[in-house]
Amino acid sequence: MSHTLALIALLPLVGFVLNGTLATALGGHRFGRRGAALIGCAAPLGSFALTISAFLSLQASGYTPVVEPLYRWAAIGGNGFDIAFHFDRLSAIMTLIVTGVGSVIHVYSTGYMHDDKSFGRFFAYLNLFLFFMLLLVLGRSMLVLFVGWEGVGLASYLLIGFWFDDIANAAAGRKAFITNRIGDAAFLLGMFLLYRAFGTLDMDTINSALAAGQGAMIPVSLVALLLFVGATGKSAQIPLYVWLPDAMAGPTPVSALIHAATMVTAGVYLVARMSAVYVLAPDASQVMAVIGVLTAFFAASIALVQTDIKKVLAYSTVSQLGFMFLALGVGAYGVAIFHVMTHAFFKACLFLGAGSVIHALGGEQDIRKMGGLRTRIPVTFWTFAIATAAIAGIPGLAGFFSKDEILWYAFSSASGGAAWMWGLAALTALMTAFYMTRLLWLTFFGASRMSPEVEHHVHESPLSMTSVLGVLAVLSIVGGYFGVPHFLEPQLPLPQVVPALEHYEHTLLYVSVALAFAGVGLAVFLYSGPASRPAGLARTFAPLHGLLSGKYFVDELYDRLLNRPLVWISEHVLLKGGDRMLLDGTLNGLGAMAHRTAALFARVQTGSLHLYGLMVVVGLVGVVLWSWRHV
Amino acid sequence: MDKVTLLLWLSGALFVFGLLGVVIRRNALIMLMCMELMLNGVNLSLVTFSQQRGDAAGAVMVFLVFVVATAEVALAIPIVLLLVKHARSLNLDRFSELKG
Repeated sequence: MSHTLALIALLPLVGFVLNGTLATALGGHRFGRRGAALIGCAAPLGSFALTISAFLSLQASGYTPVVEPLYRWAAIGGNGFDIAFHFDRLSAIMTLIVTGVGSVIHVYSTGYMHDDKSFGRFFAYLNLFLFFMLLLVLGRSMLVLFVGWEGVGLASYLLIGFWFDDIANAAAGRKAFITNRIGDAAFLLGMFLLYRAFGTLDMDTINSALAAGQGAMIPVSLVALLLFVGATGKSAQIPLYVWLPDAMAGPTPVSALIHAATMVTAGVYLVARMSAVYVLAPDASQVMAVIGVLTAFFAASIALVQTDIKKVLAYSTVSQLGFMFLALGVGAYGVAIFHVMTHAFFKACLFLGAGSVIHALGGEQDIRKMGGLRTRIPVTFWTFAIATAAIAGIPGLAGFFSKDEILWYAFSSASGGAAWMWGLAALTALMTAFYMTRLLWLTFFGASRMSPEVEHHVHESPLSMTSVLGVLAVLSIVGGYFGVPHFLEPQLPLPQVVPALEHYEHTLLYVSVALAFAGVGLAVFLYSGPASRPAGLARTFAPLHGLLSGKYFVDELYDRLLNRPLVWISEHVLLKGGDRMLLDGTLNGLGAMAHRTAALFARVQTGSLHLYGLMVVVGLVGVVLWSWRHV
Repeated sequence: MDKVTLLLWLSGALFVFGLLGVVIRRNALIMLMCMELMLNGVNLSLVTFSQQRGDAAGAVMVFLVFVVATAEVALAIPIVLLLVKHARSLNLDRFSELKG
């Protein structure tokens, strides 16, 4: 029996252990930077190669799912919990994305992190993340998936707070961890319900049992909603999206790998993997679609006015994840995975491009202080422009295909599609084109707004970074031609289309293309002219602009509604009332009582031997008299 | 009143005198002697009962009490000597440092 799948997952773990022990302060930096980079990149590249070979053998076997048991973790009654890996069309796509994009980002990091003092630690964490992510997408049981799920959360926490000397970064890591915890609690409850009904957590078994009509055994809608709440935490949907923009405190390759390409799509993967539950729960799917489209819309509107290059991309990611959940909600699971893939390509390219810009500018992230970089860093510019076009939905590029399919199913799907969802999503697509073009323009076009000092040392990034940008840009162009939904169709069927709406397909296509170009054109018009043009617009709509710049004040709202009451209760009820009054009070009271009683009795201890003797005699006489009467 | 009753009354009287002496007198040596008096009161009753029952167990117990009494005195006299050295007095009221 071969262990290819286990090896795919374990290689990065080996990388983590080696780098973690030998390339960090823990092992006295026995490996230099070169050694750490070599090990750090070899692990994901090896996994990628193994994944390709596993994929080819899967193809050769006619896509019969491969199950590879590794170890029996626990046996409870008649039910066993196995650590087993499961490889089918869906996990193949996800594993290819994770290892492929992961590998190039590792290579990029060798250039980006070159001058960081914790080089080895960075690669150790990155490999650890990859291990858990592969566990997540390859696990057969929900339990293994959950271990991966929590593990990527841990790796995300470690990497967001990578530069923990700055307290703000550490706080951002904590926020991400705690916000995710809320979703995880719901995810666990969903798992419990499924286990109670089926006596197993193997996802293929559960799916086939549900498909065979055993869905009546469980409250499907509840399970679906609980799993979805778990997904909103990990995949940054309303109401738990607040951690993702803050997660940009981490190094840029981390934002690209974890917070754009792979980890945040774990929720999408979970829903697609458990699609049998959602097929039976139209209400929950409807909720998911509405949350998805609202998240997409609100995040895109926030991205319109952000001035930090990474924040724009972060809100853009939240928005694109919203698109994916919209697709899941209307039953187009394969399309959502398609968008996961194209998004991984162009968003990784955008983040890494942003990283290259930040690198070139020596750490500057404010797009108001950029401009005119087009000729200074041409490779970064061209790749960034291609990825921007891809996400904006310019025809022919990757984003166009996946986004257009999402829009189409949002409109026409017989399982939950609606015209208003399409409208909102199309409006979001327009805003996407606008804010991405705005970002591109403010960064690369126009006159330079850099300080002379920064401008002096602008330089193109090293080959290790630009080559990766090139690869991802090419993938952003061709990624749309892979036809993932069709590939996944035997496993994740596409939803029925309402027959009456079928002939609108081309009309909608033209509309969305027109919207993409309109967004680009609008942004170019607004930002290519004098600076007063966008500023005037901002002044005209000052309240709206304030609302968007303040990110709808959701953080402040959560602070008022949750944090402060929690702090108040902790302070006044739990600390003062519970800890100090009840617990400390009881103990101190008992102590004081003993003390006072002792002080009372101490008066008898006069030190006079005769008194003691007398008391002994009195006692003895008392005992004798008492026993006389009672015996 | 027969002999046994008389002896038992005598034994009880010895014990009570000894007890009163321990409780009332302040002189350490007198207190020790009173303790011996109590022990001997008990011894007397043991011997009496032994005679009455025609059984040697009581008499054996008396020897046990003698041994204990000897040991007690052997320890108590040096302690009293040390106390006297310390305070130049036999009055036990002067040794009341251990009060609460």
